Amino acid sequence: MSLWQYANPVKFLALSARVQPVLWALAAVFIGVGLIWGFFGTPDDARQGSTVKIIYLHVPAALMAINAWFMMLVASLIWLIRRHHVSALAAKAAAPVGLVMTLIALVTGAIWGQPMWGTWWAWDPRLTSFLILFLFYLGYIALWQAVEDPDTAADLTSVLCLVGSVFAVLSRYAVQFWNQGLHQGTSIPVATGNRSVADVFFYPLVMAMLGFGLLFLALVVYRTGTEIRLRRTSALRARMNRGA
Amino acid sequence: MPELGKYASEVMSAYAVSLLLLAALVGLTLWRGRAARRALEETEAEAGRRG
Repeated sequence: MSLWQYANPVKFLALSARVQPVLWALAAVFIGVGLIWGFFGTPDDARQGSTVKIIYLHVPAALMAINAWFMMLVASLIWLIRRHHVSALAAKAAAPVGLVMTLIALVTGAIWGQPMWGTWWAWDPRLTSFLILFLFYLGYIALWQAVEDPDTAADLTSVLCLVGSVFAVLSRYAVQFWNQGLHQGTSIPVATGNRSVADVFFYPLVMAMLGFGLLFLALVVYRTGTEIRLRRTSALRARMNRGA
Repeated sequence: MPELGKYASEVMSAYAVSLLLLAALVGLTLWRGRAARRALEETEAEAGRRG
């Protein structure tokens, strides 16, 4: 048994049929519990008032916006090195999910920033790098649509993904690179463990983050299956047209 | 319903926009997946008829 066996589309579809019900159910439970607990069961913050409740959407969406790009990076590298079609299709399938996560992070950030900073938007390092990441997602999706040959499209989008990874890294670490701007530093630094979020906000936030991660997985697995079926349909159609 | 005070509109609009975007993403994903599944089944049936 090897992970590479799932590069076979038939085996991937069989695996996805088995894991999808579990992924969708777990995603619904974790997101439901995280958001309901966060919205109804947590107090206002002393300084931010009730706007702290936006954290349960903003942080998980931002986390997945960056991690979706890294998943696309890994899948693109696998395509470039080993030429497994499923990995290229998985990267393609993840892009719209990452785009929506980035949009949610930008919109909820603007809504949160207005009462806290007095402005919807600032050319702050983290905000700007997130906006560029959003534009990279749009460009990546447009490039897949623009190139007719699927293998060429996979090659070009993989290279674009490598370039865009610089901005995904900047989105994550911009606050550390440039010690300036309105956006606060990382609230939950995994490396040091010195989180600045109180337990009462932290636990529902973890539930929401797990839920968003599971939703991302469920969506990508489902969408990859869709891309495989679309590819198979167009291959069959091409074969029938040649035979006609 | 929790008391959201003077920031009620900000909090509610953040939740409304986010849940709407997530619902649209999931809905479009499922709709496109079903259409792709149906198209493949029809194409495979047609290919089978042609031999």
